[in-house]
Amino acid sequence: MTNTKAKKSSISLSRDDKIYYAVIHVILFLLLLIIIYPLIYIVSSSFSAASSVAAGKVILWPVDPSLEGYEAVFENSDVLVGYRNTIFYTILGTFINVAMTLIAAYPLARRELPGKTIFMFLFTFTMIFNGGMVPTYMLIRDLHMLNTIWAMVIPGAISVYNLMITRTFIQSSIPNELLEAAQIDGCSDAKFFFTMVLPLSKAIIAVLVLFYAIGHWNAYFNAFLYLSDRGLFPLQLFLREILIANTIDTSQIVDPEVAAAKQGLADLLKYSLIIVSTVPVMCLYPFVQKYFVKGVMIGSIKG
Amino acid sequence: MKATAAAAPSASTKVKKKSLAKRILTCWQLYLFLILPIAYLLIFCYYPMAGLQIAFKKFQANLGIWGSPWVGFEQFTKFFTSPMFGRVIKNTLTVSIYNLIAGFPMPIILALVLNSLRSEKYKKFAQTVTYLPYFISVVVLVGILNQVLNPRIGLVANLLELVGINNMPNFLGSATAFPHLYVWSGVWQSMGYNSIIYIAALASTDPELHEAAQIDGASRFQRVIHIDLPTILPTASILLIMNAGRIMTVGFEKAYLMQNSLNTTASEVISTYVYKVSLAASIPNFSYGTAIDLFNSIINMVLIVSVNAINKRIGGSSLF
Repeated sequence: MTNTKAKKSSISLSRDDKIYYAVIHVILFLLLLIIIYPLIYIVSSSFSAASSVAAGKVILWPVDPSLEGYEAVFENSDVLVGYRNTIFYTILGTFINVAMTLIAAYPLARRELPGKTIFMFLFTFTMIFNGGMVPTYMLIRDLHMLNTIWAMVIPGAISVYNLMITRTFIQSSIPNELLEAAQIDGCSDAKFFFTMVLPLSKAIIAVLVLFYAIGHWNAYFNAFLYLSDRGLFPLQLFLREILIANTIDTSQIVDPEVAAAKQGLADLLKYSLIIVSTVPVMCLYPFVQKYFVKGVMIGSIKG
Repeated sequence: MKATAAAAPSASTKVKKKSLAKRILTCWQLYLFLILPIAYLLIFCYYPMAGLQIAFKKFQANLGIWGSPWVGFEQFTKFFTSPMFGRVIKNTLTVSIYNLIAGFPMPIILALVLNSLRSEKYKKFAQTVTYLPYFISVVVLVGILNQVLNPRIGLVANLLELVGINNMPNFLGSATAFPHLYVWSGVWQSMGYNSIIYIAALASTDPELHEAAQIDGASRFQRVIHIDLPTILPTASILLIMNAGRIMTVGFEKAYLMQNSLNTTASEVISTYVYKVSLAASIPNFSYGTAIDLFNSIINMVLIVSVNAINKRIGGSSLF
């Protein structure tokens, strides 16, 4: 029998346990394979030659390694415009999101605020009911926000879920005694927010930045509805055109040498584009992983 | 002034109640903080709700939302009697129920498997890999699906060719394949992320339970059944009920991206249909689209509220 003190691996397992561990290792191996194999295939294809991709030769590793696909991606002016716009929307949008969420969460975290329940209800109600696609579109249109950057950063400025986790965080991590002490010293509510709450909320701010920034990077719905000026399109809209609607403009590939292999290159470009558009999020991934788990856990504690 | 500030924190708890006006006045700065968020909320969340009235009107652009003539339930009747009614409801329910059945147990299985691993390093690695697809955008996810299942040059076609099968069916343009692709690509993407909450619940299990069971000669599998599973059962039941409340919701984004002229019989769900009859139509019918959306929202709201009530009754925690 396994003794918890002893090193578990050195203890011989019973026959049942051996079967059990064999089964879970097989299950896990299959799951990991299913998750990771398509990703490896995309990466390998993106580094292969257009002719090999067009001939369907890529199975696991790159065939005739080349950077043709990436060259084509960076020669595509749409992709560059989209990249620039997405970076801009992500930075501006995330800033607005985090600022709005914090200034809403701080007063709502204060237990003595008269009317707190009414405000909370106003926020939570929007989680279960909303105006829907058409009335919201008409509002954006009537506010003359169609085809402006504001359509990308103002609607959805506060995610109620994020507001709730922020509020729970502030309530549970900033002791009431601190507030009382500050108040005795004559510290105003605003001053308390800037000098105490903000510095003590670094962890939740990190969670918010990550949640919101990834949301902006990956979003396409608002842009799809509210933007028609191609100069304002975020990357995801161009990705949709190229990857899904299949409307790659091959005339944009200027290199005459590759003109013959236009179709092959158009196929290859999709793989490289998937990588180029996803790499920034994946670079954040180590931080993301740490804080996302934290965010999910704070969220699961009822506020 | 100083005295009121000092008394404020205890006022709410014990000292005799101050008048409401006074309490509000002491908090004026807090209300200042709330002005911008509340203004946002009223304009961008509540004003569109007022716009829902066009569901009961015949919207005319020149008359606007408030000036258009009332028509009662005409738009709703039109939807209920339209041939698309049965189809979009059926498609929406098929996809979401299938999604619930397939998507619910997978994260639990993954969490139980990961929790059984004895190597911390392998566990970390497996978690990292399984969370990864969650951060891929829905556009890229559907793009990957298109690339992998491309009948000419895709991964599946290449693999089938290795075993001598040359004519792979075009799953992307098949109505029968649509629910499977939609659901399993979703499981692929979010299984790892959804397992986080179960893994955390398992990590908080009292180790003494496992020790006692081991002393009594329980095998690892028996411990999974009798210790691990009961540990996550409360979390699982809450999540199951909450997911059941979303049974009439299939998000617009992924369904629309996966839709093509060959698979619309299965891929036309409520949200995509609303878009098509309103914003995307050559003669946009804003009232009709809004009516369908409102019908759907009301069902959703009723579902969520009742599901939440059930949750409260069975002693679980509630959403709000």
